[in-house]
Amino acid sequence: MRNAYPVWVYALIVVAILGGGLYALPNIFPEDPAVQVSNSRTGEVETQIVSIIDVILGAQGLTPRRVEEREGQMLLRFDSADHQLRAADVLRGALDDDHVVALNLAPATPEWLRAINGRPMSLGLDLRGGVHFLMEVDLNAVIGTAMERYTNEFRGRLREERLAFEEVDRAARSLSIRFVSEQDRAEALPWLQRQYRGELQFVERGAGADSTIEATLDSDHLTELRRLALQQNISTLRKRVDELGVAEPIIAQQGESRIVVQLPGVQDTARAKEILGATATLEFRMVAEGGDAQEAQRTGRAPSGTRLYLERDGAPVLLQRRVMLTGDYITGASSGIAQDTGGPAVFINLDGQGARIFSRVTAENVGRLMATVFIETRTETTEEDGELVRRTSRSEEVINIARINEPLGRRFQITGLESTREAHNLALLLRAGALAAPMSIVEERTVGPSLGQENIDRGMQSVIIGFIAVMLFMILYYRVFGIIANFALALNLVLIVSILSLLQATLTLPGIAGIVLVVGIAVDANVLIFERIREELRNGMSPQAAISSGYDRAFSTIADANVTTLIAAVVLFLFGTGPIKGFAITLSIGVVVSMFTAIVVTRAVVNLTYGRQRRLARLSI
Amino acid sequence: MLPHLNFADSNINFLGHRKVAVGISLVLVLVSVALLATRGLNFGIDFTGGTLVEVGYPQAVELDPIRQQLADNDFDRATVQYFGTSRDVLIRLPPRADDPDQAALSNEVLRALQSGGPDGVDLRRVEFVGPAVGEELREQGGLAMIYALFGILIYVAVRFEWRFAVGAVLALVHDVTLTLGFFALTQIEFDLAVLAAVLAVIGYSLNDTIVVYDRIRENFRILRKETTEFVMNNAVNKTLSRTIVTSMTTLMVLLALFVLGGAALNNFAIALIVGVIVGTHSSIFIAAAAALMLGVDRKVLLPVKKEGVEEETP
Repeated sequence: MRNAYPVWVYALIVVAILGGGLYALPNIFPEDPAVQVSNSRTGEVETQIVSIIDVILGAQGLTPRRVEEREGQMLLRFDSADHQLRAADVLRGALDDDHVVALNLAPATPEWLRAINGRPMSLGLDLRGGVHFLMEVDLNAVIGTAMERYTNEFRGRLREERLAFEEVDRAARSLSIRFVSEQDRAEALPWLQRQYRGELQFVERGAGADSTIEATLDSDHLTELRRLALQQNISTLRKRVDELGVAEPIIAQQGESRIVVQLPGVQDTARAKEILGATATLEFRMVAEGGDAQEAQRTGRAPSGTRLYLERDGAPVLLQRRVMLTGDYITGASSGIAQDTGGPAVFINLDGQGARIFSRVTAENVGRLMATVFIETRTETTEEDGELVRRTSRSEEVINIARINEPLGRRFQITGLESTREAHNLALLLRAGALAAPMSIVEERTVGPSLGQENIDRGMQSVIIGFIAVMLFMILYYRVFGIIANFALALNLVLIVSILSLLQATLTLPGIAGIVLVVGIAVDANVLIFERIREELRNGMSPQAAISSGYDRAFSTIADANVTTLIAAVVLFLFGTGPIKGFAITLSIGVVVSMFTAIVVTRAVVNLTYGRQRRLARLSI
Repeated sequence: MLPHLNFADSNINFLGHRKVAVGISLVLVLVSVALLATRGLNFGIDFTGGTLVEVGYPQAVELDPIRQQLADNDFDRATVQYFGTSRDVLIRLPPRADDPDQAALSNEVLRALQSGGPDGVDLRRVEFVGPAVGEELREQGGLAMIYALFGILIYVAVRFEWRFAVGAVLALVHDVTLTLGFFALTQIEFDLAVLAAVLAVIGYSLNDTIVVYDRIRENFRILRKETTEFVMNNAVNKTLSRTIVTSMTTLMVLLALFVLGGAALNNFAIALIVGVIVGTHSSIFIAAAAALMLGVDRKVLLPVKKEGVEEETP
């Protein structure tokens, strides 16, 4: 009896060794500390800027080792992290607000490897440092915003259509239109139903002088509004993150109302939180002249058509209910110093429509006072009577009141900000656009870079030591067969690394633990086979028959055992989040790969070693 | 060269003592359940919600000045302890119901430590989990465990027979309960990584049990004249060397992880080490005994032509 595999099996193994080795290769090249420069406005760094950067860095003695341009971005590679940090500081100071300077670790993968899609494994935040946020979007706020909008719209449009009504009242989830008579209501209802088909549902309530129509959001429309709000929040977050200067951020929806934000390498988490969760925006309103603000504050009742606001020093002021302009029309904003007062200021650019509206209303109001209202929304979760309650609070402050000396156009400045930092943040938030619904951070995981490196080092060290211990044991216990099993085990590791690299799955610290566990499990298949061969030898089988029978009989056991482990790993993957997923991924890949290496590869080597010997007397097992 | 373990002819009567073995396990399970009920698990912030800040110092530090510094800054409910070395300090803050902005707490802690206390503080890690998220994770973790057990139950029932499936799941419940009981006893923190480890224990221990069951099935075909108890006992004995060798190699890598993996992987490694030991015990003493007690015999396993499925394996 002889043991031999068909040629194609050997071919497959050679392909696995070469392919695995090739795609695992990018991981042995070190990473260069790099600085990434991009233009957030045009998306392209001009050649002019490229040469300016060259000169600036040259003057500081920080000439980069290599400069690359990729997809409109400039990548400057440096010899040391120290040079990288200093260069980033210098560039941040020298370039204007449009240019974003981000720190990055650029893999030094050679060109030919990159050409065949060879990339190193992507490391999780726990291994390279960075911030992970999970943000909960308060989608119920979408209803409130929509109701507010419809209330204003009904007032205006019913009047335009000359449909008589008394008042439009807003409730939390609905609004009601009051009419003097049922006849008025009968006239308004068909028009409303026609105009708001698919958006609102109308129900008649009351009768006679108490006739009302109650409007609620159509459920499909509400779903759509929520979806859009989440989308807008994601795109706003993306713009804000770009402004912060983060290389390779991840911003993605998770579940129905949550957004995951991962910022590798971010150090200043305080600022990241401030910017990501902020909902600051601006509104411009005219000051109501002739009203008595003190009186209104005391009685708590503002004259009709006005609303009571507070200035930053706490002084009350009455503003008109009608908003002249909201922050939605702002296309650009930058911070700086006001020329007249010398205080911090934000320079604002409006889009065409905003500029038209603004110049018209300011022309009508020359000589009068206009107020700038700074609006911030906060969502907080508190526990009341064992129940979790989410509450959104909105703070509105008048930061500046100025007389309109001439019609304002596309570009103007606002002042009254407390500090240059506040001006800077406000400009950033206005540039990135507003959030459609308020958000709060419900989970944060930050890992400092020193800990990240330590985690890699320790994880790798335990993999290597555990690996060596198992290999030694296998050689001592199974001799030649042990050496063959070790070869398979090493190939197993190489294949896991290359598959992780190809899939660009994220390697986390629990992921490394998964690899360690796989090393333990992978040898199990070989232990099963080898124990079986020994048993058959003891039963008096010839060596060749024992090899064949050992492999055959162990196969179904190994398959069953591995499938059940795979079931546990898949459940982990489906239910786990972040780091747990990383563990499940390496465990699943490892289990599948080990079926190949521990059975097929070892058998092939055994066949090559012993298979041809017709009169094999004994096995080294 | 190491001497070979050979239990093929040893015929240790594991099943003869099944009442003792099962009895001991039953007592241990009951003790674990009692511990879980009275002391409970020491859930980490992954499950309870709250804030955890790990800071590092260039030199060894005393904890008292850090506690003082935190107390002076209104963090009087903070618990402060070393993490791994005396240069690493872990600060835990319970979730606060009245706090407007819990996500900002970690920054305030760091600011407080920078303004006083030992020099050279370096932020190493922040974990903040909102109370709602913590509750969800606890729920999901429990669900994950139940789904994993259920999936395994179905697979084993299809590949073997329902009595084996129930026996395997009983062995798994035994392993999970004892591992959890160990965590309740020692009050080692139970976090997400430990949960992952417990789920991995399910996979590992099942692996062991399946190997024994596979051999039982095979033995029924070969040893046609023997009693059910003898057939099962023989299967446990024949797989014993493999069970021990595999547990040893797995424990080797886990020990490497425990000793060298650093504080972050410590609890994870402990959970797996306990789980592997308990799982090895259950696949030797419990799995076969449970199947026997559930009434598995030759007729159940080899009904007419069912095993035709097996023969197609290479």
